[in-house]
Amino acid sequence: MTERSSTQILGDRLLLTASPHLKSPDSTPKIMWNVVGSLVPVVVAAIFYFGPSAIAVMLAAIAGALGVERIFGKKKSLWDGSAAITGILLGLCLPAGMPLWMAFLGGAFGIAFGKLVFGGLGQNPFNPALVGRAFLQAAFPTAITTWPSTQMEWGAWRGANFTAPLLTGEAPDVITAATPLGLWKFEGEVTDLLSLMMGNTGGSLGETAGILILICGGYLALRNYLNWRIPVGIFATVFVFSEILYLINGEAFPPPFFMIFSGGLMLGAMYMATDMVTSPVTNLGAWIFAGGIGILVVLIRVWGGLPEGVMYAILLMNALVPFINRATQPRVFGHFPEKKVKEAEA
Amino acid sequence: MWDKLTFSHGVHPSEHKDLTEAVPIRRMPFPEEIVLPLRQHAGKPAKLLVKVGDRVERGDKIAEADGFVSVPIHASATGKVVGIGWWPHPDGTMAEAVRIRLEKFSPQIPRPRMIPKWEGLDPQQVVAAVQKGGVVGLGGAAFPTHVKLLPPKDVAIEMLLVNGAECEPYLTTDHRTMVEYPDRVWYGVRIMMKALGVGKAVIGIEKNKPDAIEILHKAKPEDLNADVIGLTVKYPQGAEKMLIKAVMGREVPSGKLPMHVGAVVQNVGTIACIAEIFETGLPLIERVVTVTGPGVNKPGNLLVPVGTKIKDILTFCGGIKDNVTEVISGGPMMGAAQPDLEAPVTKGVTGIVALTSKESRPREVYSCIKCGHCLDACPMFLNPTLMGSLAQVARYQEMADRANLWDCMLCGACSYVCPSNIPLSQMFGLAKYQLGRLRRKETAA
Repeated sequence: MTERSSTQILGDRLLLTASPHLKSPDSTPKIMWNVVGSLVPVVVAAIFYFGPSAIAVMLAAIAGALGVERIFGKKKSLWDGSAAITGILLGLCLPAGMPLWMAFLGGAFGIAFGKLVFGGLGQNPFNPALVGRAFLQAAFPTAITTWPSTQMEWGAWRGANFTAPLLTGEAPDVITAATPLGLWKFEGEVTDLLSLMMGNTGGSLGETAGILILICGGYLALRNYLNWRIPVGIFATVFVFSEILYLINGEAFPPPFFMIFSGGLMLGAMYMATDMVTSPVTNLGAWIFAGGIGILVVLIRVWGGLPEGVMYAILLMNALVPFINRATQPRVFGHFPEKKVKEAEA
Repeated sequence: MWDKLTFSHGVHPSEHKDLTEAVPIRRMPFPEEIVLPLRQHAGKPAKLLVKVGDRVERGDKIAEADGFVSVPIHASATGKVVGIGWWPHPDGTMAEAVRIRLEKFSPQIPRPRMIPKWEGLDPQQVVAAVQKGGVVGLGGAAFPTHVKLLPPKDVAIEMLLVNGAECEPYLTTDHRTMVEYPDRVWYGVRIMMKALGVGKAVIGIEKNKPDAIEILHKAKPEDLNADVIGLTVKYPQGAEKMLIKAVMGREVPSGKLPMHVGAVVQNVGTIACIAEIFETGLPLIERVVTVTGPGVNKPGNLLVPVGTKIKDILTFCGGIKDNVTEVISGGPMMGAAQPDLEAPVTKGVTGIVALTSKESRPREVYSCIKCGHCLDACPMFLNPTLMGSLAQVARYQEMADRANLWDCMLCGACSYVCPSNIPLSQMFGLAKYQLGRLRRKETAA
C-alpha cells in the first residue's frame, strides 16, 4: 500500500511544463567552456614561443574582459564562459610585447562596446574580441605591430609589458621580427611552409601554430560546436582566389598555402568567424559568409595598405549577417516556389 | 536503397525503448472505477446517452457521435454510472466525463454481438462500421479514422501508408502490437485497402525495430500488394508528412492533407484495432499503453480498458519512485505533463512516462546565441530562431505572416536541441493558441 500512497502524494509536486519534456545534453555554457578548453593547446604553444610575456598579456586581456562582464553584465553571466572566450581570443591576437594595460583596456572595450551595449550574450552584431582588437589597432598602432621574435630566451620579457598607462616606457632590449605577411608585403619574401605550420615565426600570440589551431578547431567541428562550413569555406575561397593570382603572376602574388597558414587567418577562420552569435544561422548563409571573408582577406592582404586583413574581413562580414540570414531562409516544407506551382497547374 | 528512406533535418533523442520493447503486452485487471471523457478525439465531443444510476455493460454505447468529425464512446467495463461531470483529462485540461463504478463480481464478458462480414460490405458500409466502433487514430492525435477513409471524390488515393515508425522515445506500444499481432495488422490492412479502394499498402517501421520488420515480412499474405519498409531512426519520423516524404518522396503542400498527394496514413495500432472490430464485433474499448520511464518501478506494455485512471495503472506497475518529477501521457516529446494522476487513459494515450529530475528539462534558460541548431533540427525547415524572438515579445501575428507559424507541427525538435534551453516549441504552441483565440473572437464579433 505504500506505493499507492506515493502516487497520491506526488500530485502536489509534479512538474507542469509543456512538451517536449526532453532536452539534448548540450548547453550554452557547455559549448562555451568547450571552446575555452579547446584553446588550451593554442595558449600553451603561445607560452612556449613567447614565454612569460604571453601569459601576462593573455591574463591582462582576460582580466579586462571578465572584469567588465562582472561589473556591467547580467547576474552570473561570467559563468556562461563567453566573456572568457573573448578575453582569450583577444589575448591571442595581440603581440607578446604589448603593454599590459593596453591588453586590459582592449578586453574591457571589447566586452563593453562589442557586447554589453547591445544587450549582452547573443545580441552583439560584431565579434567582441575583434572589436577590442580593432580599438587597440586604432588607438595604439605602433604597440600592436611590434612583433617580438620567437628566438629569444624563454624566460625573458618580450617588450615593454609593464609600462604604466599612458606613459611611454623604456622598452627593454627586444629582438623584433617581421611577421611572414609583413616580410612578404614589404620585402617580397615568402616564409617556408613548415615554419608557418609549426609557428616558429614572428606574429601575434595565436598567429603562430597553424596546425595546432586546425586540430583544436577540428575537435569543435566534430562535436558540432562550430559550423565546419565557415572555416572550410574561408580556406577554399582564399586558396582558389590566391591560386588564381599566383598562376597569373607567381612573382607578384604569394602562393596559396602561404596565404592560408600565415597571419591570423587560421585563428580567425576557426575561432573568430565561427562565433555562433555573429555568424549566419543558415548553412547556405555560412557558405556565403565564409566566401565573403575569404575574398576580403585576399583583397586586403594583396592590395590593401595593411599586411593583414583577417580582422576587418570578419568584422565587415559580421555586419552583413542579418542580411545574409534573411536572404538565405530555406524553403519551408510544403511551400513551393510560385513558378513551379504555376507550371504544375498549367 | 532503404538507407535513404527518411526526411531532412530532425533530431536523435536517446530512445530508451529497451525498458519495455521486449516485455509482452499483458492485460491489466479491471480497476474499481473508470472515467470516460466525452472528448476523446479531435473534432466535436460525443453526445451523452446515459444518466447517473444507469447500468451499462461492457461495449455499450454511452455517448453517440455528434456530427461527421466525431465518434461514439462505449463503456469499457460493466458497472453503474455514478457521476457525470468535470474530470481531469490526460491532455492536461478538464473535460466532461462519465464515471462508472465497476460491478465487483461481473465476469466482464460482453454480450454476443453481430460481427460485420466485411467481405460483403461496400466501402461506405465498412467506413460506417469503423465510425460505429468509435475508432480514432491510436498514434496520439486521436483523429476520427473514418474521416480519413472518405476522401472527397476529386482526389485519387494511391497508397495506404501504415505508420509503424513510433519515433517517440520510450514508447513501444506499436512495436509490441506488430510483433505480437502481425496477422491482425495484415487483416486490418486488407480491410482498409478495400474500404479505400487502393491497390497498394506500405508499412513503414523505424529500423530500431528489426524484429517487427521481420515478423511482419514473414506474416505477409501472398496475395496482398503490400510491403514492409525499414526507415531511418530519427525523430519525428512518425509525423504524417515526414513519413510520406520518406516513403513516397512527396511533400504535402502547406495547408493540405496527405490525401492531396495520394496517401492515407494510419497508425499501425489503429489498423489492428479495426481488424479487431471485424473479428470480435467489439468497439474500441481497450488499448495498449506503454508504462515506462526511469521513474516507474516495473515498466511494461499493458492492455487497459479505456478510462482506466493513470493512478491505477502506475500502482499496478509497482508504483513510481520518489524522485519522479513528471508524469506524461503520451511520449516525452509531444505528450502532456499530468497535473493530476486521477486523469484517465483515453483512446489517444499511447503511453505513460514517468521522468525523474535527471531527465526533466533543466530550469536555467540562457540567451539565444544564434547557433542555428534549431534550423538544422526543424523538419519543416522553419526558422525557430526568428519565431522565438518574435514570440518572446508576443508578436504572434507576425510569426504567422513572416515565419510560417502555421506550418509548425509542435514536434519539439527545436526545443530539444536548443543549447540555451529556450522553450521554443512551447512558445509556438502558445502563439498558435493565442492566434486561434483571437480569430474566434473576431468571428464571434
